[in-house]
Amino acid sequence: MALSLGWHIVLACFGVAFPSMILVLHWRGVHRDDAVALTLAHRWATVSAVLFAIGAVSGTVLSFEMGLLWPGLMGPFGDVLGLPFALEGLAFFTEAIFLGIYLYGWGRLPPRVHLLMLVPMAVAGVVGTFCVVAVNAWMNAPAGFRVVDGEVTDVDPWAAMFNDLSVLQFAHMWVAAFMVVGFTVSGVYAVGMLRGRRDARHRLGFLVPFVFASVAAVLQPVVGHVLGAGLSDRQPAKLAAFELALTTESPAPLRLGGVLVDGQVRGALDIPVLGSLIARGSLTAPVRGLETFPVEDRPPVNLTHWAFQTMVGIGSALVLLVLLFWVARRRGHDLTQRRWFLRVAAVCGPLAVVALEAGWVATEVGRQPWVVYDVLRTADAAGDNPWLWSMLTGSVVVYTGLTVGAVVVLRSMARRWREGEEDLPSPYGPQRRSVDAGEEER
Amino acid sequence: MTLPDVVAGALLVGVVAYALLGGADFGAGFYDLTAGGAQRGARLRTLIDHSIGPVWEANHVWLIYVLVMAWTAFPRAFTAVMTTLVVPLLLALLGIVLRGASFAFRKYSATVSQARLFGAVFAASSLIAPFFLGTVAGAIASGRVPAGGRGDLVASWVAPTPLIAGVLAVSTSVFLAGTFLTADAARAGWDALTERLRRRALVVGAVTGALVLGALYPISSDAPTLTEGLVGRAGPLVVLSMVAGFGALWLLLRRRFATARVAAVVAVAAVLGGWAVAQYPWLLVDQLTVAEAAGAPATLRALVLVAALAALVVAPPLVYLFRLTQTQEWSAREDHA
Repeated sequence: MALSLGWHIVLACFGVAFPSMILVLHWRGVHRDDAVALTLAHRWATVSAVLFAIGAVSGTVLSFEMGLLWPGLMGPFGDVLGLPFALEGLAFFTEAIFLGIYLYGWGRLPPRVHLLMLVPMAVAGVVGTFCVVAVNAWMNAPAGFRVVDGEVTDVDPWAAMFNDLSVLQFAHMWVAAFMVVGFTVSGVYAVGMLRGRRDARHRLGFLVPFVFASVAAVLQPVVGHVLGAGLSDRQPAKLAAFELALTTESPAPLRLGGVLVDGQVRGALDIPVLGSLIARGSLTAPVRGLETFPVEDRPPVNLTHWAFQTMVGIGSALVLLVLLFWVARRRGHDLTQRRWFLRVAAVCGPLAVVALEAGWVATEVGRQPWVVYDVLRTADAAGDNPWLWSMLTGSVVVYTGLTVGAVVVLRSMARRWREGEEDLPSPYGPQRRSVDAGEEER
Repeated sequence: MTLPDVVAGALLVGVVAYALLGGADFGAGFYDLTAGGAQRGARLRTLIDHSIGPVWEANHVWLIYVLVMAWTAFPRAFTAVMTTLVVPLLLALLGIVLRGASFAFRKYSATVSQARLFGAVFAASSLIAPFFLGTVAGAIASGRVPAGGRGDLVASWVAPTPLIAGVLAVSTSVFLAGTFLTADAARAGWDALTERLRRRALVVGAVTGALVLGALYPISSDAPTLTEGLVGRAGPLVVLSMVAGFGALWLLLRRRFATARVAAVVAVAAVLGGWAVAQYPWLLVDQLTVAEAAGAPATLRALVLVAALAALVVAPPLVYLFRLTQTQEWSAREDHA
């Protein structure tokens, strides 16, 4: 489940954020008569077609897994948390339909109508993200039901959907999607520039997603901080794990790095008072330590702590980088002329993905041992499927295959674009037979 | 009609839509598989790309709709099905994943050998998915899913009715795809291809019809509750389905391709509707009724709202998409897409 989710989440980011970027380029292409922007929009749309297809199937895997792996969650709580999923399905439907119209509309629809087809896609991305994240938020802050004698009653699906955390968690994830896609796409063009391809297309292809990523990167710490502010009341054990706080300290330090070995924190760098200041907004308030929780209620500390710090660390580094870029640009220095900057920009995409996954690990592992916080333990929700391991192995094989396939196809698309083929005809199409013969001989 | 019935109806709409639209997409894999070598089959494969390319993702979402509706409205039945039929569900899932991904990969692959690999995976997995989904339906219809879930992992679906349902799901999908593709080829003006497809669709249709007749006897002894409903309350729908099925074959023979498509759709929809009517009020036959399986009323009300919203928000653009793909201008430009 974690594997499929972790894999799907990256594709979902593209589904959410990519249409907006294509919209900007396509708009520029249509309204300013910019052929370069139009070409880019067309290519990105083609890429998004491939990503959307595999995103659609990996999303299907998830909906199967919900039932296959978590009968203890879906049985009693299916009608509590189902509504946002149903609405998400609706959003996904909308996106699939308009993607179909948009992709096949190139050269067939009037330009302005064609451009409009992107708007529902972007909107559906927002709605879809909200709904899916609302379910996760519900697992962190359960609402909309009561448990009486072990039976779930008084179900109110709307209260479950709009729980205390939905909006904030959604904002955090939505902004993260723009960071991941923005940095990844601009990174691709940074690599192109490193290899000496410095035409207008590469400049535009770098700049547009980088603008999106910059805005998102600067907003993200603010959103994240607001989201984390209530954590000490909501899930104190998670906060203790984030901060690697063994004992309650007042004021608490901010602990950088460090590993918990045999009940001792090793190799951590403590910055006094800052922990209290960030987590509680006060110079003196304590951060509750892990020792105050029964052993069976503690999350895996090291993993949670490191995942959290990785996310924050990468996020902060990305903020510094984009600030550097824009300040330099204001002063008339174009950093895309510098090789070191391009190299850094190229790795920003993978870094943003790591931060995304780390953030997700932090929130999920930090909630353990609960699936639904304070209501349902993970062990009770999981099925006792005897061949869970062979299923896992099978998933690893399938996902590896999908990843390899996607990389091979996307790379060959890029190669053919560089060779000047714009329409990418299918190789088995009759009109390409002569070209194929040439390729097979090589 | 009670609230759970309304939601079950909305669920049925999703099942029928997926069987018709998703089924036709799966069925196209059969013609792709049997299209012949890279050169001989080029034109047919291009046609398939063109026919299902713009729509398969939207069609596929019906499955997600069904799953989500099922677990939200009938969580107990959903987990019972999932824990009992885990094997066919996983195999169907594998087919779905491989089909979707390799279809997208093939369209953009650069060389013939790449396209051949992805194409073979696409075509083969297209047949795996409907077969196993069919066995799931058959297992539910023949009362093999216990209400508490965790039924026998193998015996629950390796049995007459589920296996027959799997084969029927494949053959009806292939027949649907045949009528759709023949109509598309005729509209594009590819006469030789149209003839080839027409012949195959006729053969598949005849085989499907024979299968249905041959299946009656084993099903009547294996799934008594279902049979009772089929010959009783659902009788008119069964008759309608037979008439429409023969009508589709006759129209194909007469080369009335556009009308044949409608008849084929009616035939398949009537079978599925008949199945639903026949097993009502059971959701899991002999185990759990629709009313017993229903989740919280507040959730069901919300779901009815979602379904209404879907009809409002999703239906118009969906119709628009289908209309676009059927227009002359879109199909005439085969060579540039």
